[in-house]
Amino acid sequence: MKKLESSLTNMMLVLGGIAIVASALLAWVNVLTAEPVRQAEIAKQEKAIKDVTPAFDNSPVADRYEVTTPAGEVLACYPARKGGELQGIAVESYSEKGFSGHISVMVGFTPDGSIYNYSVLKQGETPGLGAKMGTWFKTEKNRQDIRGKNPASDNMTVSKDGGEVDAITAATISSRAFLDAVGRAYEGFAVSQGVNALPNDSADAVSGATAIVEPSNPSSNEE
Amino acid sequence: MKNKFGIVLNGLITENPTFVLMLGMCPTLATTTSALNGMGMGLATSFVLICSNLVISLLKNIIPDNVRIPSFIVVIASFVTLLEMIMKAYVPDLYESLGLFIPLIVVNCIVLGRAEAFASKNNPFDSLLDGLGIGLGFTFALTLLGMVREFLGAGTFFGLQVFPEQYGALVFILAPGAFITLAYLLAIMNKIRKVS
Repeated sequence: MKKLESSLTNMMLVLGGIAIVASALLAWVNVLTAEPVRQAEIAKQEKAIKDVTPAFDNSPVADRYEVTTPAGEVLACYPARKGGELQGIAVESYSEKGFSGHISVMVGFTPDGSIYNYSVLKQGETPGLGAKMGTWFKTEKNRQDIRGKNPASDNMTVSKDGGEVDAITAATISSRAFLDAVGRAYEGFAVSQGVNALPNDSADAVSGATAIVEPSNPSSNEE
Repeated sequence: MKNKFGIVLNGLITENPTFVLMLGMCPTLATTTSALNGMGMGLATSFVLICSNLVISLLKNIIPDNVRIPSFIVVIASFVTLLEMIMKAYVPDLYESLGLFIPLIVVNCIVLGRAEAFASKNNPFDSLLDGLGIGLGFTFALTLLGMVREFLGAGTFFGLQVFPEQYGALVFILAPGAFITLAYLLAIMNKIRKVS
């Protein structure tokens, strides 16, 4: 077959034709993958919630509600319940102060306001430095571990700023941003527990301001 | 048959896109922070390369010369978008770690380069083999680069800890390490090619 001549009609027909076929194909695949994409996103969220809260038997994603912190930020809360009783709350929080911008974390609190665990959902920090935040703050070493601490009574800033948490080596900015996100999550938690409208939560409505002082972290005895 | 095998081998060794042609350096340097990431990127590019080579070769006679480049780009972009949607649905973790570099395969000069230099001049089967060869060559190069960087930087081999992380030279995970590693690998590859 001889190559088509580059006349205006030929060019328009061919390029137009290719574009139409391509977009039809893409539309079809888009419809096909829409459901798995949604499933994957829910699975990821559920896994993050599972990682940061004690065992639960409800569906935190279905029970999701939003709170507005005093500073006007809207945060999503996922309550984890077992037999109807509140076990903990996962708060999705963020910080814009990262070394490479936006950081998104899921922080789990037990009903008394202490941090149960956390999970970093999205970050673009330097690999090998700030990117270590996913594991650094749950490693039992020196004063790295933030689990079990209560932001109401513990000073949740890096030691360089006079706080009680050891920053990631050579990544103080990322560490500050991470703790900023955790602090914001705690504000969300405090609001949700202080003015909780959900009926079966009222029994455990311990406000953040009156939280009991946690026994200090076993690994915080150095220096 | 030997000739067909030669096309694959050509892309893998003689015209290896990374070590010989020095094409597509941006994803090569940016995504090879670990062996697995490098391999993922290589395989994603291979998929696009094979599909686009085949389709462009099939369409080569009905595409008028003057709209050749836009047509190729539409074909390539479609396959990349397709791949992006599929990866998002079935391998979300890999999709997250490669992030922005998946859509950027569209402008990877290897893909357009092969479409222009090979697929638009050869029959569909040969073009498919060429895509496979170049794709494998790219995957091989990226995996090797990622492997070396991951090993020297974090002390792991495909995620397995070989020596404690604190003895790793962090610079290899960062951008300068990519350049250094690539330069040494190029030197070694050139030496090997000269000898054989």
